[in-house]
Amino acid sequence: MRRRIMNIVPGRGGRILLAAVPFVLIVLFYIIASAARHAENENDKILPPISQMGEALHGVAFEPDKRTGHYLFWQDTASSLKRLGVGIGVATLIGLVLGLIVGLIPVVNATFAPLIAAFSMVPPMAILPILFIVFGLGELSKVVLIVIGVAPYLVRDLAMTVGSLPREQLVKAQSLGASTWQTLLRIALPQAMPRLFDSLRLSICPAFLFLISAEAISAEDGLGYRIFLVRRYLAMDTILPYVIWIALLAYLMDFALARGARRLFPWAYERGT
Amino acid sequence: MSSSITVRNVWVEYGEQVVLERISLDIPAGGFIAVVGPSGCGKTTFLRMLLGQERPTRGEILLDGQPMPDEPGPDRGVVFQRYSVFPHLTVLGNVILGPELEASPLVGHVFGSRRRKIVEKAKALLDEVGLGAALNKYPSQLSGGMQQRLALAQALIRKPKVLLLDEPFGALDPGIRSEIHALMSRLWKETEITVVMVTHDLREAFLLGTRVVVFDRVRNRPEEQLRYGATVASNIEVDRKRPDRVRPVEEEALI
Repeated sequence: MRRRIMNIVPGRGGRILLAAVPFVLIVLFYIIASAARHAENENDKILPPISQMGEALHGVAFEPDKRTGHYLFWQDTASSLKRLGVGIGVATLIGLVLGLIVGLIPVVNATFAPLIAAFSMVPPMAILPILFIVFGLGELSKVVLIVIGVAPYLVRDLAMTVGSLPREQLVKAQSLGASTWQTLLRIALPQAMPRLFDSLRLSICPAFLFLISAEAISAEDGLGYRIFLVRRYLAMDTILPYVIWIALLAYLMDFALARGARRLFPWAYERGT
Repeated sequence: MSSSITVRNVWVEYGEQVVLERISLDIPAGGFIAVVGPSGCGKTTFLRMLLGQERPTRGEILLDGQPMPDEPGPDRGVVFQRYSVFPHLTVLGNVILGPELEASPLVGHVFGSRRRKIVEKAKALLDEVGLGAALNKYPSQLSGGMQQRLALAQALIRKPKVLLLDEPFGALDPGIRSEIHALMSRLWKETEITVVMVTHDLREAFLLGTRVVVFDRVRNRPEEQLRYGATVASNIEVDRKRPDRVRPVEEEALI
């Protein structure tokens, strides 16, 4: 019996195998293309062989820099992650506090929702020059860019989540004696948390975008800084490993948030009986 | 323990539309009033006024002789047809929430011996409504009937003086519904609480209520729809010994 293709569901093993296929194909395609270009020109820099990328990566990751004595790869990673972490952390805090009160309290909503809606339409990159002028070229302006890029989305998303809680729940809480503060703390906050984790997952990519943009323009280290620095020498053998590393870091964060949410908020992922 | 409710010549209008008119009712302390009527006759609007979610356009509603507070409060418990329990709390968590909020204004959580005391009380109540074995489940893991039992326990643990029920058993299967009717009767007898229940099920109304109040539009011609609202069409006293009749009816329904 032949089934319709939409009814053929791969098992666990099959799924892993199928997922690996496109990755393997891309790597294979790259190796062939790289070999072809090198057959033509031995000094080709555009598609360096994987071995060359390995050497370049080894150079920055496991040999101290001749000028500074630092291990550049790890220094870049640490600096970037610190900026990203502080930026996302502050944005989360702003998102939670503002999102909850804007979502729950009508007077605050009427006062601030239009402002937040207008503010979130400003492209953060357009105000980067202002940030550099106001906060200088140091760490602060990079962190602020991430905060400005991510926080308005979190505020609006959480306010909408709280705003769409069934009216009955809020009445019920009050009939159990809850004050506004208690409703916020015991009803709105816990039910907003799974959504916060989802929104953070979606914010990782924009946060990296703002980080790398800021680092590209003004920094002394960082993953984005390095990529844009070595671009001058067409050093694809450094750029490509860095890009893969950034993608891997972002993927790991996404994975950790997804797993964390399922562990911390099992009720949000229960299937009804 | 329980409160009386007095409704005096209450009108509710939304702009031009008259929803309720000339509603006057005396609900004695400890009574069980069932409000029935066709859909759209303002039953739920009436309940929302008792909750404090809505105010009458004219007339007044008194709770123990005092004006009804215009927001929900712990003196009036409520069970809705849906969304009555909190999905992020376990069965036990849902029931201890009320006492926790009362005991801890600042963080809404209690710990240690005070918590153990509250948990003891909650467990006893949950045993009584038949959820003693499901303490650590989340509402989404419960059937509809169990969720409503939970909602009753959650509402009753703070000992409200009035319990408001908005079609609480409307979405349940007939067999489950009979069981929960029996439970409701027993709880009402034990707590001597005043109950106002809105329902579209006449049988349920006469089975549980000490008084059945029918809301309906007296004038229903199309050109009169806007300016004439529903009012108390009949107000029927039911035999006071009613709770004892529940058992046989329940068994019959289960066959």
